[in-house]
Amino acid sequence: MTHAITLQPLDWLHLFLYYLSISLLAVGGAIATAPDMHRFLVDRNAWLTDMQFNASIAIAQAAPGPNVLFIALLGWHVGLNAGGPGALGWAYGLLGAALCMLGIMLPSATLTWLATRWAHRNRERRAVRAFKQGMAPLVIGLLMAATWVLGRAQGQPATDWPLWLLTAAVALLVWRTKLHLLWMLGAGALLGVLGWV
Amino acid sequence: MAPDHPHPDSPPTAARPRPRNPADLFWSFTWLALQGFGGVVAVVQRELVEKKRWMTNEEFLEDWAVAQVMPGPNVVNLSIMIGDRHFGLRGAFAALAGMLSFPLVIALAVALVYAQWASHPAMAGALRGMGAVAAGLIGGMGLKLAVALRTHPLGPGLCAVIAGVSFAAIVWLRVPLYGLLLVVGGAACVLTWRKLAP
Repeated sequence: MTHAITLQPLDWLHLFLYYLSISLLAVGGAIATAPDMHRFLVDRNAWLTDMQFNASIAIAQAAPGPNVLFIALLGWHVGLNAGGPGALGWAYGLLGAALCMLGIMLPSATLTWLATRWAHRNRERRAVRAFKQGMAPLVIGLLMAATWVLGRAQGQPATDWPLWLLTAAVALLVWRTKLHLLWMLGAGALLGVLGWV
Repeated sequence: MAPDHPHPDSPPTAARPRPRNPADLFWSFTWLALQGFGGVVAVVQRELVEKKRWMTNEEFLEDWAVAQVMPGPNVVNLSIMIGDRHFGLRGAFAALAGMLSFPLVIALAVALVYAQWASHPAMAGALRGMGAVAAGLIGGMGLKLAVALRTHPLGPGLCAVIAGVSFAAIVWLRVPLYGLLLVVGGAACVLTWRKLAP
């Protein structure tokens, strides 16, 4: 689980700037940008392992609150990797979580705050509706891509087919039933403990 | 800052309950965030419309549409909008802080517990299973929303093409997100704009 890395001050800045830069792209929820975060954190910089990346998302889904907190957990894990075990790891973890959350929230929250009144007054305007509706199919594609990228990090379809079957079954349950998400997460954990997936 | 948006369809605002002060906003949003496992939207509607009656269902729907259009997490956007409406910038901060503070502490605590047990094979298995479920949760949300594309101005066929191109660009071509949003998203918005009656 440990994955020791060294982060220079410039790397921390880079991490913050990366989240600043993708904040305004997170149309349709932060989870739609998860594949890009995977590209940046795991593929390009190797600051996180695949397992830590997925654990951050799974923990945020299992814990109460907005799912955007997975970004804080990604930063937390980057900090832990940089600080190692002990107090330094905790301090760096908190620093990472704070930088990532500030970066992802600052631009989008400011824009939302400024644009709310304008959009409320102009909700019938053609350009507002075109943007809102035009982005819809793209958002669907991004959500499906996020599903695929998360699944791929767990295992390949050919060898780990029970995992992919579980993912598909959950997608169907979410779509078709009102079953509480906690039951599904619990069932997934149980299947994993038993070694069935 | 004018704190209110009068709404033509809503009953007179004097008769409606509203948050007493920013602290009330903070604790209200903390409470509803802590109830939201896996997604806070349904809880927001139940708490703010049905229980507290701070807003009507119609107002909720309109705000929700805007919250979704804006970049950033939609429930977070919604909390900023509602907070701002009642107490301006202070209200927006109070609602935002309520939505994020305590859930963040809990998420970090869960991550710490997880780290203690991470090397245990049962924990690794549990996370593996939960990771697969988490992927499925997002896919299911995508399927739910995809049904709404049937009435899209571009028609279901073109929508499927746009969604498919976006999927392939991310999954196999590994295109950076901003390029995709700019090119494919821009084209989709322009096409939609032309379809919508002026």
